[in-house]
Amino acid sequence: MAQQRKAVALISGGLDSMLAAKTIMEQGIHVEGINFFTGFCVEGHTHAIRDKDKAKPKRNNALWVAEQLGIKLHIIDVIEEYKNVLINPKHGYGAHLNPCLDCKIFMVNKAKQWVVENGFDFIITGEVMGQRPMSQRRSTMPIVAKQSGADDLLLRPLCAKNLPATLPEREGWVDREKLHDITGRSRKPQMAMAEQFGIDDYSQPAGGCCFLVDKNYSAKLLDLWQAQGKRDYEFDDVMLLKVGRHIRPAANFKLIVAREEGEGRFLQGYKNQFISLLASSHNGPLVLLDGEPSAEDLFLAASITARFGQGREADWVDVGITFPDGAERNLTVKPLSKDDIPKDWYL
Amino acid sequence: MNREVLNARRLLCPMPVIRTQDKIKQMQPEQLLEVQCTDPGVMQDIPAWCRISGHQVLETWRGDHEYFILIKVGG
Repeated sequence: MAQQRKAVALISGGLDSMLAAKTIMEQGIHVEGINFFTGFCVEGHTHAIRDKDKAKPKRNNALWVAEQLGIKLHIIDVIEEYKNVLINPKHGYGAHLNPCLDCKIFMVNKAKQWVVENGFDFIITGEVMGQRPMSQRRSTMPIVAKQSGADDLLLRPLCAKNLPATLPEREGWVDREKLHDITGRSRKPQMAMAEQFGIDDYSQPAGGCCFLVDKNYSAKLLDLWQAQGKRDYEFDDVMLLKVGRHIRPAANFKLIVAREEGEGRFLQGYKNQFISLLASSHNGPLVLLDGEPSAEDLFLAASITARFGQGREADWVDVGITFPDGAERNLTVKPLSKDDIPKDWYL
Repeated sequence: MNREVLNARRLLCPMPVIRTQDKIKQMQPEQLLEVQCTDPGVMQDIPAWCRISGHQVLETWRGDHEYFILIKVGG
């Protein structure tokens, strides 16, 4: 009896990785999913923080895909290891701070390690030649295979016929004729394939699932690096860049202003790490101050805090300031007007 | 039966799922794990992860912005 071959599929939660896994499962291969959490994944966090998103159905798309396919999913925390990918991308960034090619190499490399540790035979991804400008081009796909160390253990079922045969194909573990030759950015072939498989519910195409492709998020991350004088970050930084209005009145401090109650609750959890400000005479948002402000800066921060509360039209607003060690101070300030806050303070 | 407790408060999905997954790897079949969270997304994600991983959600309940899931570890 032939040996049962096993593949691990990189599952992003999008349609392509779902179809790639399904294509291989149809050939009798045992497939399990793997999903890497870098900290920059869009889904989940923002929905969980903001009250306005609570009405939307929340699901982790990778888990949902795995359940639809009937396969196990291993979610791996790579937050620490990913720092080096983001801070020192050998192949550079895309339009923003997205190191897509290095990211793909990193993830396939991690999958290769997983395959070795868990006795699996090969790796599959939902990559389509020509679909992504950085990581899914004819010229870069061999780079991913080589630099990840996966080499010909990396099978891309959706475009395999456009690529040299991999080990699973040469060994006859999978039938190359039943693989696909999709190219380009059109989604029509994938949609037709989804229909064939009876898949009628799937998340939007891949690529929109990473904060690093977002212009505003990247700008905030760059600002953080400039402010701290080095390209580094902690996981809390990654989280806080997703929350609230970020306002930098000076190089030595910035403010994070909660936009609604859910964000306020989330920021509350950081009061022991940051100076926090909250109007006491009027309702208003919780504001975190990141940096080392002078006494004068604290007045400015309090005036900005007052601007975003219900006392914005009042002559004076009392603002309580709490320091990470629990010390408290109260300032009575005149709220800044909308025009008093230059546009370039908003990150 | 004694239950183990995993405090996943202030973590946002998928971190509570990852912590649950890693905790259960260290446990034995039939043991109970109570996961305590503040991210409402866990009420979907942890049961989904349990279903595909062969573990059983025995009970879920919620408090004031807190969410609890009791899991029986599968074989």
